Amino acid sequence: MSVGTPRGLASSGQKPIAEILHPLSAAEEPLSVTVNLGGDKEAGLTNGTPVETSSPASTSSLFNRLQLDDDLEADVRDPYAETTETRDLFVTVSDPKKHVSTMETYITYRVSTKTTRVEFDLPEYCVWRRYQDFDWLRTKLEDSQPTHLIPPLPEKFVMKGVVDRFSEEFVETRMKALDKFLKRIADHPVLSFNPHLNAFLTAKDLNKRQGLALLTKVGESVKYVAGGYKLRARPAEFCAMGEYLDTFNQKLGTIDRIAQRILKEQSEYLTELREYGTVYSSWVGLEDELRRPLEGVAGCVTTCCGALEDLGENMSQDFLPVLREYVLYVESMKNVLRKRDQSQAEYEARLEAAILRKQEDRSPMPVEVEKCQDKVECFNADLKADWERWQSNKRQDFKQLLTGMADKNINHYEKCQAAWESLITLLQDKQTEDKTSETN
Amino acid sequence: SIHPSIYPSIHLSIYLSNDPNVLQRSMVEEGSTLVRRMEICVAEAEKRSGKNAVNMQETFTVYLIETRCFAICISSCLTSAVHEFTSAFSPDSLWRRYSEFELLRNYLLVTYPYIVVPPLPEKRAEFVWHKLSADNMDPDFVERRRIGLENFLLRVASHPVLSNDKILHHFLTEEHGWKEVVYETGFQAKADSRIRALSATFRVRNPDKRFMEMKHYSDQLQSHTSQLLRARARVADRLYGVYKVHGNYGRVFSEWSAIEKEMGDGLQSAGHHMDAYAASIDDILEEEEHYADQLKEYLFYAEALRAVCRKHELTQFELEMASQDLISKKQQHEELATGIVRTFSFKGMTNKLFGQEAPEQREARIKLLEELIAEGEDTVKEKTVECEEHVERAWVDMQRFKEQKDKDLREALINYAVMQISMCKKVEKSISAPELFGA
Repeated sequence: MSVGTPRGLASSGQKPIAEILHPLSAAEEPLSVTVNLGGDKEAGLTNGTPVETSSPASTSSLFNRLQLDDDLEADVRDPYAETTETRDLFVTVSDPKKHVSTMETYITYRVSTKTTRVEFDLPEYCVWRRYQDFDWLRTKLEDSQPTHLIPPLPEKFVMKGVVDRFSEEFVETRMKALDKFLKRIADHPVLSFNPHLNAFLTAKDLNKRQGLALLTKVGESVKYVAGGYKLRARPAEFCAMGEYLDTFNQKLGTIDRIAQRILKEQSEYLTELREYGTVYSSWVGLEDELRRPLEGVAGCVTTCCGALEDLGENMSQDFLPVLREYVLYVESMKNVLRKRDQSQAEYEARLEAAILRKQEDRSPMPVEVEKCQDKVECFNADLKADWERWQSNKRQDFKQLLTGMADKNINHYEKCQAAWESLITLLQDKQTEDKTSETN
Repeated sequence: SIHPSIYPSIHLSIYLSNDPNVLQRSMVEEGSTLVRRMEICVAEAEKRSGKNAVNMQETFTVYLIETRCFAICISSCLTSAVHEFTSAFSPDSLWRRYSEFELLRNYLLVTYPYIVVPPLPEKRAEFVWHKLSADNMDPDFVERRRIGLENFLLRVASHPVLSNDKILHHFLTEEHGWKEVVYETGFQAKADSRIRALSATFRVRNPDKRFMEMKHYSDQLQSHTSQLLRARARVADRLYGVYKVHGNYGRVFSEWSAIEKEMGDGLQSAGHHMDAYAASIDDILEEEEHYADQLKEYLFYAEALRAVCRKHELTQFELEMASQDLISKKQQHEELATGIVRTFSFKGMTNKLFGQEAPEQREARIKLLEELIAEGEDTVKEKTVECEEHVERAWVDMQRFKEQKDKDLREALINYAVMQISMCKKVEKSISAPELFGA
């Protein structure tokens, strides 16, 4: 950024908060905010609970929080572990139920909330939401917190006829993804305070018409920027982010393809293995002495088939969804990067215009330009913080995923091994049994 | 006056020589006080080239047969131990090619039709799964064949009947001129008729029920072993695919690790493990081929068993034919002698219609018939003996075969289980390597 020290921040105490709000933030929330000036570290911001009620859209508290987060990231590898003791908002998605009406059939999920936060009237809530509602929430969050990375939802559209929307497997997978989505938001120090989230978690009936007013605002700013001012210089770190995301996305795609191929090969192997087992079974009837070993081998093969089926299920239900979730995450992140670029472009456009005008009539730097600059700086700060958070979550998620898959694989082989070992024991016992009966 | 329990009639002991590739087993002849022990092994295989029967250059493999004789003196005392003298003889050795083994086996088949003759390893690679080479020159194939040939010799040499055969001893000890000796036995002529008889269809009136059951069993055994071999090959093919696709992970994890900071090492190591996993399938499947070879041996043994049953059918059929022939000749004789026609015959009819022959002719015919009847009775006696002997001897050997089959296949199945266990352990070990993602 060409600008040196950040200017016009609330911490300077020069301007009331309300005026420095991001133009895209929800204007509907009146803000009664007191700001922690001077970045007081004991403000208890680490756990996301501000000392006094504040909207997370307030840039100063945000800045302070980010600064603290940044300091913390250096020490803490796993932000989750750190916040567990201080977490005060717990959400769970469970209990999928089919809702049948004359118009349509859909699944609703129970969303349970437990919290000690003062933003919530009650300590516990239980509401029922359908996918549409989650989608609404996500859109609202994206619109009201454009500088932040919003976690992805599972795929919205499924090909009817190809995937059964009401199959246990599909619903289970989707529910897990929705649960993850909400948990990620609940753990986010900024997003978890979003009033839309609050509404989502508590309202009996979601009034979704709120979105309309917002959309027009979004449209406006997009139009403005689309007027087209090219970005002068994207800061290196954001370029790096973009490149990383592209490569990462590519690798995710490759891994997904390989995983699917493995599933296919495994399924074909399973078919042959089952057939193989039946050949042993069919031989049993012909023999007398060999009956036991043949039956035994057939039994072991069947056990291995079962274990392999389980492994395949694990892969489809646990492994693939996470890959896909991160592909969506990458898309989200790229969107946010684009918006950041837009924001920077807007600033630079206004700045250039202002400079030209300044040269002409020596008027002071207009407020809008400063506002824009702040916006950009906040955006960058939010983004960097979220990026770090995302990276950390990603590391954890993938570590868990890959070690999880490794464990499942080991489990599979252990099951098979146990089956074969018990066969040998059985046959050896029989042998000693026969020997003793012979000598008797 | 040696107590028979000092040594069993068949004794197989296994020695491991200094060379781990050579398994030596020994055989003991039944019932002699001077027990001759011969160690046999097929030690090596070599490529040779030479001119074949039609004077064309060809490449073939020869196998080195090593034999070593021991002399053992058993003391006359009931409880005393066996004194063993290890001869200072260096092993005799000679080279044989597969076709010579085939010749030996064909000779044995013809000479001992009541014995379930051990089979040779397959002539061409069958039941291959895709990667396995079907090429006879492939070193893995040659190695498995070497083992199979050794197995064949050991089985033959430990057989209570076959082990005494002179041609067998010749095969093991005289490299040159052996073929001529075999042909001199004249077995070739019998071999051709045997093959014809095996594939001929004829109806037997009273076959021994046990042999019919045994024949049915041999068909079933063939069917099940070949089904199993086919299914196993398909499974191997698919398993190979699964392992190899995992190998693709190796590269992508490695590429991914390049863009990561903290995760980089873990991903690299994961990639390496994937590569190792993918590579491990080759050894696993190679080992399984030995199991397949054991199954194949009994697939081919089933054929040999069937042949013994068919031989029974043949001898029984010939006996029935001879008996039938004798009966009809006796009937003809009776008709001619008494003039009473018991059964309708065209000859009889034409005789009645067109007049009977002259008395001298009739006499001549009666005399001829009497000679033929005498011959016929001898034939029936011969055939009866042949049939009974075959039944008796074959039944003994089929029982022996059954016991051997049960023992061998049981062992093979157990070894298969052991193989599976060791494979599981190997994979578990490679997956759970501690450096995967760090603890």
